[in-house]
Amino acid sequence: MKRLAAFIGFFLLFLLANRFLPEIIDPYYLHLFTLSCINVILAVSLNLINGTTGQFSLGHAGFMAVGGYTSASLTFYLGPKIIATLDFLPAILAKNFVFLFALLGGGLSAAFLGLLVGIPSLRLRGDYLAIVTLGMGEIVRVLILNVEAIGGARGFSDIPAYTNLFWIISLTALTIAAVASLTASSHGRAFLSVREDEIAAEAMGVNTTYYKVIAFVIGAFFAGMAGCLFGHYLQLLHPNSFTFLKSFEIIIMIIVGGLGSIFGAVVAAVILTLLPEALRYLGPVKDWRMVIYSLALIILMITRPQGLFGNWTPDFRRWWPFRKPQPVA
Amino acid sequence: MPPNTSEPLLELATCSISFGGLKAVDSFNLQLFPGELVGLIGPNGAGKTTVFNLITGVYKPSAGQIRFGGKLLNGKKPYQITACGLARTFQNIRLFGNLSVEENVKIACHLHYQTSLFGSVWKGKAYREEEARQHQKIESLLEVFGLKQLSREKAAGLPYGQQRRLEIARALATDPKLLLLDEPAAGANPQESRELMALIRWIKEKFKLTILLIEHDMQVVMGICERILVLDYGETIAHGKPEEIRKDPKVIEAYLGEEAV
Repeated sequence: MKRLAAFIGFFLLFLLANRFLPEIIDPYYLHLFTLSCINVILAVSLNLINGTTGQFSLGHAGFMAVGGYTSASLTFYLGPKIIATLDFLPAILAKNFVFLFALLGGGLSAAFLGLLVGIPSLRLRGDYLAIVTLGMGEIVRVLILNVEAIGGARGFSDIPAYTNLFWIISLTALTIAAVASLTASSHGRAFLSVREDEIAAEAMGVNTTYYKVIAFVIGAFFAGMAGCLFGHYLQLLHPNSFTFLKSFEIIIMIIVGGLGSIFGAVVAAVILTLLPEALRYLGPVKDWRMVIYSLALIILMITRPQGLFGNWTPDFRRWWPFRKPQPVA
Repeated sequence: MPPNTSEPLLELATCSISFGGLKAVDSFNLQLFPGELVGLIGPNGAGKTTVFNLITGVYKPSAGQIRFGGKLLNGKKPYQITACGLARTFQNIRLFGNLSVEENVKIACHLHYQTSLFGSVWKGKAYREEEARQHQKIESLLEVFGLKQLSREKAAGLPYGQQRRLEIARALATDPKLLLLDEPAAGANPQESRELMALIRWIKEKFKLTILLIEHDMQVVMGICERILVLDYGETIAHGKPEEIRKDPKVIEAYLGEEAV
């Protein structure tokens, strides 16, 4: 009951944010906020695969692309028909209903691809799996390049602008909450055991095959939703946004944050989205901003190879004012 | 020489496995009865750990049958075999090094959880009750093994002897009927070996276990085992009570050496 109340509370809060934030805050900052949130979703979901389960995946951009293109096709081709049949609803509700449908469609299609990629991961590990996932990402991109119905090499344009602050904030919060809750559960410990020692995990009754595939499926699901938000925000999807460089960008985020740390993934995703932008204001050295960005990464990895936060996740419940007193161990 | 006439808990019938041209284990027979403590000894490379790997499903036997409580284990995956009530420790300790002592043991409890993936994300009442129940079980288990004060420590940071004990605690958390211990006394000093013997005897009574043990420490083997099997080059060369094994000329030649007699 308490949790239902919290959900409704957050729902209303996010609706209010959606209504009033654009009036108070500069659109440039809102743009950066939106991109940061999308990157947070990508980093947190990849962290479940790479950090928690220890399966090195280089195909996150592929999952994102599949989710983005599937959802864009849904809203572009099916959307108007659905809205027409839902004419008894107010237009704004019908639009958001279509978007929810597209989000789920994008997420599920990416999750299905995650299942397909998860299956070779039963046999492969480490570098070999990384190459398979890299190949998967490229296959997805090349396939998209060659399908005219979704824009091909020109890109998929005229996607309806359904992404708004409400969806951005809700899905970012949902992703963080769901992945954090999963990681802190018994199933989460099973993911960790796969990363730590597969043979021992299997001997302790953990079905390692299942957990490896499930990690891919869940990670891909959230990445697909991020792709959906991305497409309906920019109103344009282009295959060039989903090269393996995009996958590397997300990998860099979780490594900088500290593999396995959700908090680290969130912070690093925000920092690494904002850093190139912030460096624009450096005046005389601004032409060197990508060099500075790269140097910052190199220095960080030399001085803190475990990432900014290592494995550390702050215990936010400690600061929750209504917490019941805990017995001291 | 079964202690009673009940059904064997674990039965291996003419199990063999070869790696390339090497017969690592050749028509191995073993019957373990409920409540027994049996030792498996032999020189290095005799195939002792391979027998463990056959029982726990890491390797598939190329011939022969393995039955546990009447059920055929051949072809089952290791995690399914563990769920049947069979747990093991490893010769070269395999803890989840970066996780805490408590998490190590909790992972072994995972197979008892009823909650689904969604249930554990939502963390409803059923899940929280389950978690509390398992937590209590783990607390008492860690207490028994003297690891309760260390429950938040990283497993890799523990001293060697405590890592060995944690591995046994972790195996017990799966609620096994049969426990396979692979060299539990390796690297222990005489004092620690004696404590370990007492601990093994004690958990055997407390958790009503059947134990199969690989060990090189003859003090431990002769001290606690009711029966001993001796392997050499994948073949069983002797089988009997500790006193008989001690005098067996074949065992002395292959393994114990003259001075040990």
